[in-house]
Amino acid sequence: MKRLATAAFLAFLFSIPLWVSSLYVLHVLIITGIFTIAAMSLNLLLGYTGQLSLGHVAFFGIGAYVSSLVSLGFAVHLAPDWLVTLDPQPVWLAIIWAIAISGFCGWAIGRISFKVRGAYFVIVTISFAEVVRLVALNWDELTQGPMALNNIPPLTLSIPGLFEFSFIGKVPNYYLVLMAAIIAYVVIARLVNSQAGRAMIALRENEPLATSVGIEVTRYLVLSAVVSAAIAGMAGALYAQYVQIVDPNIFLFIYTVTMVIMVVVGGKGTLAGPIVGGLIFGLLPEALRSLEIRPELQWVAYGVLMIVIVSILPSGIVPALARWWTDRAARAPSQRDQQTPA
Amino acid sequence: MLGGIYALLGIGLTLIFGIMRVVNFTHGELYSFGAYMMFMFVMLLHLNFFLSLALAMALGVALGAVIEFVLLRKLRGADIDTTMLVMIGAWIAMQNLEQLAWSGVAKSIKTPFRSTPLVLGGLSVAWSRLFVFGVALALIAGADAVVDRTRLGRAMRATFQDSAAARLMGVDIDRVYLSTFALGSGLAAAAGALLGPIFVVTPGMGDLAALKAFAVVILGGLGSIAGATIGGFLLAFIEEMGAGYVSSGYRDAMGFLLIILVLIVRPTGLFSRKERIG
Amino acid sequence: MSGIPTVALSVDQLSIRFGGVTAVESMTFDVREGEALSLIGPNGAGKTSAFNAITGYLAAAAGDIVYRGARLNGLKPSRIAALGVVRTFQKTSVFAGRSVLDNILIGLHLQSRQHPLAIILGLPSVAREERRLIEKAREVLHFVGIEPRKHELASSLAYGELRLLEVAVALAAGPTLLLLDEPVAGMNAVETAGFMETLARIRARGVTVLLVEHDMKMVMRISDRVVCLNQGRIIAIGPPAEVQRHPDVIRAYLGERHVRVEG
Repeated sequence: MKRLATAAFLAFLFSIPLWVSSLYVLHVLIITGIFTIAAMSLNLLLGYTGQLSLGHVAFFGIGAYVSSLVSLGFAVHLAPDWLVTLDPQPVWLAIIWAIAISGFCGWAIGRISFKVRGAYFVIVTISFAEVVRLVALNWDELTQGPMALNNIPPLTLSIPGLFEFSFIGKVPNYYLVLMAAIIAYVVIARLVNSQAGRAMIALRENEPLATSVGIEVTRYLVLSAVVSAAIAGMAGALYAQYVQIVDPNIFLFIYTVTMVIMVVVGGKGTLAGPIVGGLIFGLLPEALRSLEIRPELQWVAYGVLMIVIVSILPSGIVPALARWWTDRAARAPSQRDQQTPA
Repeated sequence: MLGGIYALLGIGLTLIFGIMRVVNFTHGELYSFGAYMMFMFVMLLHLNFFLSLALAMALGVALGAVIEFVLLRKLRGADIDTTMLVMIGAWIAMQNLEQLAWSGVAKSIKTPFRSTPLVLGGLSVAWSRLFVFGVALALIAGADAVVDRTRLGRAMRATFQDSAAARLMGVDIDRVYLSTFALGSGLAAAAGALLGPIFVVTPGMGDLAALKAFAVVILGGLGSIAGATIGGFLLAFIEEMGAGYVSSGYRDAMGFLLIILVLIVRPTGLFSRKERIG
Repeated sequence: MSGIPTVALSVDQLSIRFGGVTAVESMTFDVREGEALSLIGPNGAGKTSAFNAITGYLAAAAGDIVYRGARLNGLKPSRIAALGVVRTFQKTSVFAGRSVLDNILIGLHLQSRQHPLAIILGLPSVAREERRLIEKAREVLHFVGIEPRKHELASSLAYGELRLLEVAVALAAGPTLLLLDEPVAGMNAVETAGFMETLARIRARGVTVLLVEHDMKMVMRISDRVVCLNQGRIIAIGPPAEVQRHPDVIRAYLGERHVRVEG
């Protein structure tokens, strides 16, 4: 039943460009998709491992900037007489670099999170994102500061002599983002349903008990952070090559908050949660825009919504729906030889 | 002068953070609330400057009490994640309400002070900044007096040490929490009301202020007014130094870098005595 | 078992202090391979503190803790568990939001090394490992007697079954030395008898057991030796019958009762 629903949903998603001709709608879907990928990655760290990282946009932005800089090439003085240059590289390579560097930053944050726990960790992550933003804003030579990096080339896949395809335009990018989202989902799902995922959940649920059976805290915090950051970096890189402009505003805290709202309201610690949250908070603003409701009012509503959801349905929408569903099914006891959904 | 302001912000936050164990994301909003109230009283209602200051502070205290009563009271037993998320939601709502009410255009507030600065043997200091510094010091001393010498202050300190024990000894935790949050919020509002006339008032000013407040708390350690005071001045000092050596754009980054470094090296802050929140 | 008993765990001059209080002072005792040793003593005698120090949850102020040649002082709890020393907790501790099966699968963590890259790539070896782990988990649940409950949420178990689940999780970690912190606290007579039988089967597998317990009947029946603590110090070590008759031990316990009678 679940597989059928998933397949139908995927088929639906794949078919969208066939019957949606509005470029605007496709654009909204692409951006929503990118943010949903970022939300999924945040869910791994926040929902599954229980680390309240509120600097997630940093990984996203770092991915965007690294990818842009590598594909555009750069020349920067690391010291008055030490010029470091890089010629423009193919975009696919730039994206790989983005994933790698974001992942590395995730590793650093993961190691820090082990030493600095709880509320202090929240502060460290927020500060980290702010520092990165200020660096992007001020290190003109590298990042062009507020003037932004322009003309970022789109992703091009080619086999020399056989074909060359550039992801230019809404439709190709839609499929690109969709594929990336599926890959991200599969990676996270595999991780979460494995021994590593169980370890992360165990650390979140009951850390002393988890360590008593041999689960090393650092190892799994770091693993979660690395994968989470790498996926966010990929999302950032995709974003950069799609909108083709990247400026320091990408690091604004409000974007982290958006991702957090997507995860929390959708359902942290579930695979479907960030997708539901992503769709709601990606599409809702656009739907409301047509009703001409001022953006500030929307945000007020989001803030209130978050308060309400967190108070009433602390685990989010998806788990609440799942509970309601299983309560209905409880009349007919069924033998399910699977583990409980993570 | 900034040191005094940072200290005010930090003291409020360290009390809230330390006694109530709540990561107060609305702290910045109370800062901007204070500034906007000043704007409203001075520029729109044409009230006396000093009266406006007092009113802004009082309203800050009231707003803090309301927030505590409406939101935090219900979340008393919840885990830290839930509380943080609620605070974030409140913060988003508040900031956008402010944006709605006052629009994003920067507002300036007139002060009654002479614009020619006071010159003291080589140093020239603007009267308005002197005033801010003086009031800030007075408020710091006042807050310290409340915590050190009043019965309420004793109750607050007891709750900080061990809230379960304090409750058993008959301390009214509800009142302590309400007062703590109100006091902290009032100090933040005061900071905003004081700085509003010096700089301009925008809806987003609270964000940076809040982050600096966190920096101060971490520098000074949780729950320590003295620590927060020292931390506030230390932060201002480091920012000045940093802005001198590196370009001024990085000035704000100083605080954050400091937070990260301090927490990595000493996860409990520079001056704190109690265990870190884990 | 014949021959000279070998020492599994050696605790030498262990002292634990925190918050200005000395929880344990110069504690010295051994646990022999294959034996069941019980730590008894009035409340606050330092028993759980000793447990916490041995398993790495508390730092020892002084003294050495050595298990099969490996010094445990300062090691992280997960490392100590990897050496074969696994504990249960005084307050009922399971992964409440997970199914019974999941709890055991988590407990089996040390039994399997799946590389993250293999997991992400979805290599067939990972799926094979998962199946193997599920089989093992069912074995452990069967051994403890709660296999039919495997798909239920841990939080929905009755108290007696919950405590069995706790022990099962610890067993899943493959301990050679099992530390049980008040395992039958709150159990009725039937559940306690059932637990003692399970404990016997655990020991039959060669696991050494170190027990903290208040239930004297159980202590007397299952222990090879007993260590009695009072106010952080050992006041008696020996076979159960001896310790029971020891004047200091009687005083430590009767002293309490004495106060209660007066008060």
